[in-house]
Amino acid sequence: MTMEPLILPPITDLRSIDVYEAHGGYAMLRKAFGMKPEEVTDEVKKSGLRGRGGACFPTGLKWTFMPKQTTRPKYLCVNGDESEPGTFKDRQIFEFNPHLLIEGSIIAAYAMGVSTVYLYIRGEYNKWIRMVQKAVDDAYGKGYIGANILGSGFTTELFIHRGAGAYICGEESSLMNSLEGERGYPRVKPPFPAQNGVWGCPTTINNVETIANVPIILRLGWEAYSHIGQPKHPGPILVGVSGHVNKPGVFELPTGVLLTEIIERYAGGVPDNKKIKAVIPGGSSTMILRGDQIEGVTMDAESLKAAGSSVGTAGMIVMDEDTDLIRVITRITGFYRHESCGQCTPCREGTGWMYKILKRFEEGRGTMADIDLLVNIADNIEGNTICALGDAAAWPVQSMVKRFRGEFERRVKAAPASVAPVPAEVQ
Amino acid sequence: MLSDESLKKIEELKKRYQSPQSVVLAALWMWQEEHGWISDEGMRFVAECLGIPAHHVYGVVSFYTMFNRKPVGKHKIEVCTNVSCMLRNSDRILNHIKERLHVGVGETTADNKFTLVEAECLGSCGTAPMMQIGDEYHENLDEAKVDKILSDLQ
Repeated sequence: MTMEPLILPPITDLRSIDVYEAHGGYAMLRKAFGMKPEEVTDEVKKSGLRGRGGACFPTGLKWTFMPKQTTRPKYLCVNGDESEPGTFKDRQIFEFNPHLLIEGSIIAAYAMGVSTVYLYIRGEYNKWIRMVQKAVDDAYGKGYIGANILGSGFTTELFIHRGAGAYICGEESSLMNSLEGERGYPRVKPPFPAQNGVWGCPTTINNVETIANVPIILRLGWEAYSHIGQPKHPGPILVGVSGHVNKPGVFELPTGVLLTEIIERYAGGVPDNKKIKAVIPGGSSTMILRGDQIEGVTMDAESLKAAGSSVGTAGMIVMDEDTDLIRVITRITGFYRHESCGQCTPCREGTGWMYKILKRFEEGRGTMADIDLLVNIADNIEGNTICALGDAAAWPVQSMVKRFRGEFERRVKAAPASVAPVPAEVQ
Repeated sequence: MLSDESLKKIEELKKRYQSPQSVVLAALWMWQEEHGWISDEGMRFVAECLGIPAHHVYGVVSFYTMFNRKPVGKHKIEVCTNVSCMLRNSDRILNHIKERLHVGVGETTADNKFTLVEAECLGSCGTAPMMQIGDEYHENLDEAKVDKILSDLQ
């Protein structure tokens, strides 16, 4: 399956506003101003665009949650906190097509009647923040952002807000708290952001890649867009491939491409023609699949759900037959333990407990009882926390035990005789 | 203290938000840029600038990992060891730097030139293994490349 790249077209120096304009840039903003705001929302709704940040929520539907009649200012937060291990796609948009993101942001702001757009970018991406800031300055200079944009009577501002190192700030309510100058603690929902978001005002949070799709929808029209890729989850998608492949990278593909095709054709296959032991399909929080489970599975929400995982951020991590999966799951769990904000006991304590148990397996001190204890803890984190980080920590562990139980059992059996397994409850 | 330029910038930034508290991360970034780390004095200064309690600024500083709460070397080396980098031998890179600089993770060299830390995923999975030094990403690393990068840093 091939497709002309729409988000990351191979055009030299597209970061320059003149080049972007020469290739039809900002024409869709003009087109949007010729439509009623609700017509723009309707176009996005009918296109079938679903959020690219991990949850796959229908974007147009999300926009309709914003109240139409309100005296309060409305906000759009564009989420560029990109920190999910295995995910490095939004960075490509910042570097190679920032004006597409800006144009999409202003169109979205117009559709929802937003007075200020905050583009939240992770603190580590300072180099890319400077690139995007230059693009924002240029767009202000040409009147694409600010007061009475292109004589439309519509006014909106766009500001970049730099984070300071916290995975959790990619969670939408945590992002809002971070924007307000608080610790990045997720908020209890309801109330939902569209009713009570930043400073208690109606707010929508969309991922960077999601917003970058908006001008593309206006350009192609909702119908043509909806025919790209998988009908229930259409459009171009930035697929990241990392780990044991010959040519890791980000590939813009239509949804619905076979995972095996992504690995073999685009990412150049596995080095030394080794077999694939496991694949994490969409960032470290998505459920791990065995190599034999990816046959026939495609990169879209429906197919990956049916396979027992999810599309997440489409950041695939490929592991060859020699991979020590106990080490992989220990490292992933260590990450969630580090990034847990500490508000909810199941996540704060549970991630640490899981990490300690996994360390025991890594060091050959795990017991058979530990395997069940691990799952028990994961099951008690899942669904019992304010935000999805708890689930994100539980799913990799649950799926790893379910699909690779033998790896854990072999570690128990392989324990050196001198190391007596210590019962979990006394540690 | 912060430079006049930073103070001016803070006043400008306040206009972007409903509350001056929103400028806290930006103000702390400026302090760290000018002083290298966030001292108690820095937190009190930022609090006063924004009209918010110092304990609130402390809460913020202690939440985010990028703020240095003690002095660091001239160059802070952050080696990503998360899963995609790990699969491409980031441990070898980390060990190589440890041996070369004679420091452990979290430590600073005796000449105050380098501080070595382990980082969580920096969004460079397709170019693993990698390390960040300052704003710069150094990608597709091997031992020879690391040697070159470190010896080029003054």
